[in-house]
Amino acid sequence: MAKLNMVKALNLALLQEMERDEDIVVIGEDVGVDGGVFRVTEDLHRKFGGKRVIDSPLAEAAIVGTSIGMALYGLKPVCEIQFSGFSFQGFHQIENHAARYRMRSQGRFHCQMVVRMPYGGGVRALEHHSESEEQFYAHIPGLKMVIPSGPRNARALLVSAIRDPDPVVFFEAKGLYHAAREDVPDEIETLPIGRAHVVREGADLTVISYGAMLRVAREAAETLAAENGVECEVIDVLTLSPLDRETLVASVRKTGRAVIVHEAPRSFGPGAEIATSIMEGAFLSLEAPIRRVTAGDVPFVGFARERANVPDVARVLAAARDTLAY
Amino acid sequence: MAQKKQALNIDADLARRLLGEMMLIRRFEEKAAEAYALGKIGGFLHLYIGEEAVGVGATSVLRPDDYAISAYRDHGHCLAKGADPRRAMAELFGRRDGLCKGKGGSMHLFDKTVNFLGGHAIVGAHLPLAAGVAFAIKYQGGDQVIVCYFGDGAVHQGEFHEAMNLSALWKLPVIWICENNRYAMGTSVERALAQPEIWRFGLTYGLPSERVDGMDVLAVREVVSRAVERARREKVPSLIEADTYRFRGHSMRDPAGAIYRTKEEVEREKQRDPIVLFRDRVLEAELLAEADVRALEKDVNDRIDDAVTFADASPEPPVEWLLTDVYKEDAEGV
Repeated sequence: MAKLNMVKALNLALLQEMERDEDIVVIGEDVGVDGGVFRVTEDLHRKFGGKRVIDSPLAEAAIVGTSIGMALYGLKPVCEIQFSGFSFQGFHQIENHAARYRMRSQGRFHCQMVVRMPYGGGVRALEHHSESEEQFYAHIPGLKMVIPSGPRNARALLVSAIRDPDPVVFFEAKGLYHAAREDVPDEIETLPIGRAHVVREGADLTVISYGAMLRVAREAAETLAAENGVECEVIDVLTLSPLDRETLVASVRKTGRAVIVHEAPRSFGPGAEIATSIMEGAFLSLEAPIRRVTAGDVPFVGFARERANVPDVARVLAAARDTLAY
Repeated sequence: MAQKKQALNIDADLARRLLGEMMLIRRFEEKAAEAYALGKIGGFLHLYIGEEAVGVGATSVLRPDDYAISAYRDHGHCLAKGADPRRAMAELFGRRDGLCKGKGGSMHLFDKTVNFLGGHAIVGAHLPLAAGVAFAIKYQGGDQVIVCYFGDGAVHQGEFHEAMNLSALWKLPVIWICENNRYAMGTSVERALAQPEIWRFGLTYGLPSERVDGMDVLAVREVVSRAVERARREKVPSLIEADTYRFRGHSMRDPAGAIYRTKEEVEREKQRDPIVLFRDRVLEAELLAEADVRALEKDVNDRIDDAVTFADASPEPPVEWLLTDVYKEDAEGV
């Protein structure tokens, strides 16, 4: 057991999986000698050499496309895109090829690969370095879309993603990389992909979030308990696709109220799918309209106004109190 | 005559095989065109007619465990690699006995049993995939190679250049074969590339690069054979530009009066028909007799008729297959 931040926890997952399975390779811009822009791949090059930890040219389509070819042959590539905002240079490879090989070839070929990318705000960076694009990936059949919320589940989910026979897009919240340290066991842990996690039980209101926004949701829940005597159930989605509708619906059947918190722009965002799923599964239990607390329908704004755009505890509290008073 | 036999430098068996494979692909495409006109094939259909010497010549110097990957004009490459024409035709028809159970279609043929890694409809996008396969071969210490076919249109794309660079940088066992049929749909090479001699792009990345007459199956064989040896033994990739021509439109949907090329040009190019040229050469060299060619023709016609019958008889995929094979857990297990 060691206290690790999310960077170190992810690094541990890569290290242990690479020790376990020689078919795993890491590829991306500056992932090797330099150790990665956020240091997630630090030391891997020294330990495994340039054959397995590959510094690619600055070419996202080539990084993802080459990884797909490796996977078709039987390797298990883990590629890194430096920022999710850069991923559109390689998006069509993910969408047109990685996600579709299994269906097109009727299971004869598949892409066991992970595309890791940092996403989200919290580091005072501009547009492409702060955006949240999970909705694009969650929308693609054939892909899995995973977003951990802390060091321990990040490490376990990355191990599961590497072992998953289908392509996984793995989002790492930049704001969480160094935010907190958690106890992470030495032995390898996995977490099932496609399962949400109830992180706080309560009977009055369900607050649903993921990634860096989970901390905001939890803080709001504690405030509501202290100031209003309201007990929130907080759910960490962890996997956006396939979505664990069962856990979400079961919670709202109990509480009758839901607030969804995400960093991506509102319209057609994950909140829309989550809200609809709840409506379909818990319609007769609903006591109030489901509320969404999200970023605005704007490209990510500059750092001066970042905090006005990304949800914070005050906005979650306001939405929760509205819902409770409905 | 003995001297001419020497000049061809192949034996009768190989002559029969090369001619037979080109004829098989030609006949397959002609029958596919008929089926398309009858509405048995939906959407778009891109025929390989005129370009057969490239796929057949290149594949003839590969081992069965070598790989091939292609763009959307993929029928010829898939058949040359050894796929069953019956299952390929059934795939075009969207039937359950097709190579991809009717869910891939004309532009996405796959056949794992012959290491054919698929047709790809996004122009230029499969080149990085080929680099990845070549990387994996080298990584695991294998001595196979991968041949990657693409058209002149792919050269417009950034991924062509990304893939050339990667393959040269990492010394990957890949043979890049550009089938330059002179038109990206209706846009000629001269109207799209500032530097229209495609093979020269390879030199930029330090790749052995050359141009070959893509209508001459033996010339293709020779050039690809050298490239395969380099790739297999030294892990040196090559770029080959095959000068070829499609006798039909870009797809079956091309307007009859397409004006991007002239009728005279098409007629002139048909004089370079790779099948006619090779047939005449092997007859002249007395490697094969007229009767051999007639027997080949009959065999090919029978096999393709059989393929059409097979495809017609194959049922459509059941509706329950609609959502299968998206993820591993919902594979329907056939």
